[in-house]
Amino acid sequence: MFKLIKQLTSVVAMFAVLFTFTTETMAAGKSKTLKNTTKKGFVRCGVSQGLPGFSNADAAGNWTGVDVDVCRAVAAAVLGDASKVKFTPLSAKERFTALTSNEIDILSRNTTWTLSRDADIGLTFVGVNFYDGQGFMVRKNSGISSVNDFKDGVSACTNLGTTTELNMRDFFNSKGIKYEPVTFEKADEVVAAYDAGRCDTYTTDKSGLAAQRIKLSNPDDHIVLPETISKEPLGPVVRQGDSVWEDIVRWSLNVMIEAEEYGVNSSNADSMKTSDNPAVKRLVGAEGELGAALGLDNDWSLRIIKQVGNYGESYKRNIADTGILPDRGPNELWTKGGILYVPPAR
Amino acid sequence: MNFKKILPQFLTILAVILVFGFFTYNAQVNMENRGITFGYGFLSQESSFDVQFSLIEYDGSHSYFRAYLVGLLNTILVSVIGIIFATVIGVVVGIARLSKNYLIERTAAVYVEFFRNIPLLLQIFFWYFAALRALPLPQKAEPIFGVFFLTIKGLFVPAFIWNNLDIFIYSIIAAIISIIFVRIYARKKQESEGKQTPVLYISIGLLLILPLLSFIIGGSSFSIEIPVIKQLSNTSFTYEGGIGLPPELIALALALSLYTATFIAECVRAGVQGIGKGQKEAAASIGLTPNQVLKLVVMPQALRIIIPPTTNQYLNLTKNSSLAAAIAYPDLVLVFAGTALMQTGRAIEIVSITMLTYLSLSITISIFMNWYNKKIAIKEK
Repeated sequence: MFKLIKQLTSVVAMFAVLFTFTTETMAAGKSKTLKNTTKKGFVRCGVSQGLPGFSNADAAGNWTGVDVDVCRAVAAAVLGDASKVKFTPLSAKERFTALTSNEIDILSRNTTWTLSRDADIGLTFVGVNFYDGQGFMVRKNSGISSVNDFKDGVSACTNLGTTTELNMRDFFNSKGIKYEPVTFEKADEVVAAYDAGRCDTYTTDKSGLAAQRIKLSNPDDHIVLPETISKEPLGPVVRQGDSVWEDIVRWSLNVMIEAEEYGVNSSNADSMKTSDNPAVKRLVGAEGELGAALGLDNDWSLRIIKQVGNYGESYKRNIADTGILPDRGPNELWTKGGILYVPPAR
Repeated sequence: MNFKKILPQFLTILAVILVFGFFTYNAQVNMENRGITFGYGFLSQESSFDVQFSLIEYDGSHSYFRAYLVGLLNTILVSVIGIIFATVIGVVVGIARLSKNYLIERTAAVYVEFFRNIPLLLQIFFWYFAALRALPLPQKAEPIFGVFFLTIKGLFVPAFIWNNLDIFIYSIIAAIISIIFVRIYARKKQESEGKQTPVLYISIGLLLILPLLSFIIGGSSFSIEIPVIKQLSNTSFTYEGGIGLPPELIALALALSLYTATFIAECVRAGVQGIGKGQKEAAASIGLTPNQVLKLVVMPQALRIIIPPTTNQYLNLTKNSSLAAAIAYPDLVLVFAGTALMQTGRAIEIVSITMLTYLSLSITISIFMNWYNKKIAIKEK
């Protein structure tokens, strides 16, 4: 009897080992996410619940923003049509669970890249599409002109489940200031509470402050303090364990930035096929076999540039022209004094 | 024969184990594929985030477990406040619904129909943002009784600073014990001699005199710390000293009690109306006063009808308090299943703990109310 049980266990264990082995090799051989996306015919993209310039839906439900453009670029590369994206608005709290539980395939939602997020919870950050930092917004008539003017008892409104909460504590602790954190689940409530006077300051990423300021009843009555208290590299995220998909998203973003660097944009992309510069020719698919390496055709990058545009176009259309942050600051190319620097597409 | 009986049971258990096992296995495989680790070790790690309002000492240097306790206590706080107010309002409105005065009866009816037919989340938003818009800024707040300040940043109340607090507490315990003895004595006296003792007046007297003695003889004393306004910048102010109750707590407690009170009011009305008219007439015919009729005949019977559905309302209120996250009241869902979940990314662990916690809270309320229900139920002799 005992022997029988032992034998049975070993058989079960063998099956278990075999099963895990087969699933592993299958995942490595072909990207499940890529296969599913092609089958479905659209890219499933997680975005914010409305952050002008990054991901924001208009009255007709059309999404725009630099974060949105990353998903559109992937759709253009994989499916040939930048409009084939299904957007899912997510709160800061829901975003990672939505990604790890397979509800979405790309999370492009002004998400800060940190070690613990990258390593610990089954996510992989593929790059940075916006270099940001946390700042404070206050009322102009408060007379506060620097973070050093904050006093004990200051109340600060912010969003739940963000790195903001942690930075805020580090900052106020280092200054020895006692503060009252008021954290809301949705950004709209943060704005409403700050607007009503519940809080003395509103703290989040500076880009977020600039974007949310528009929603205040009198935007001109508020200023963003000059100090930046943290590094917030924002970028798209994918599930861990699908390296092919990860590469596709990473290089879709990189191609947009590299296109700007070489002066390739949505209107001149076709004519660049005959360029003298081999790097430009590679970028528009006229030379090399870059697409094949990603499991795509060779026009993938040309489609991104033609349908979505290069990074500069995306920034101008979504962030500069809307008056959110006309100055590109660190988000300028490395060749122009910024820190946008991507590995070469070759 | 025996086999036929056991087989369905066995199959049910097998099905449960298989379903449960499948979900566990599925979660395990998926988590492994995505490189997610599983474990409760994070509870002892430093949380590194602060919470706006806490009943116990807490800041970001404490552990996630401590943050969990902070959230749990805040949930219990708002639930207890909600239950007390909902019960008081519910009983008053429920009795008002039975009033012969047309105006009172109609007002109560309109209140009930209005508040129970609007989704609770909307009511919470309404009370919070309406309150925020309506309440004055700290520097413009008029003191209430000279010591309370109701402002957009919360309700600031004076704090008591005690000397020899323990003696005061002993005196109250002594008062409660003597009241129990008085009640036992009064009941015995009524059973043997048929005479009634004014228990209520004696109890009130005891509750006043004994604590008073602790001040005069025991050396207890307290001073009151009144909130003082403090300037933070040219235009922003706050209060220091005393106790500050955040507007989120007030709005949430208000919304929860007003909403749940409508249901309790209906339970009370149903309970009282469920007592036959003959009962009251019979009681009156043996010479009981109207007060005695209510206290000795109607209420004991009505309570039996009122308690079970009211228990449901208490449970609902406790569970509904999780809507707090919408208006930044740091309850269990906001602190633990919100911020802590986000910072650690341990969704399965944290959600399971949170679910178990609500389950335990609800079961505790249930057990207590069932005990009370049994106590007042008809005892067959």
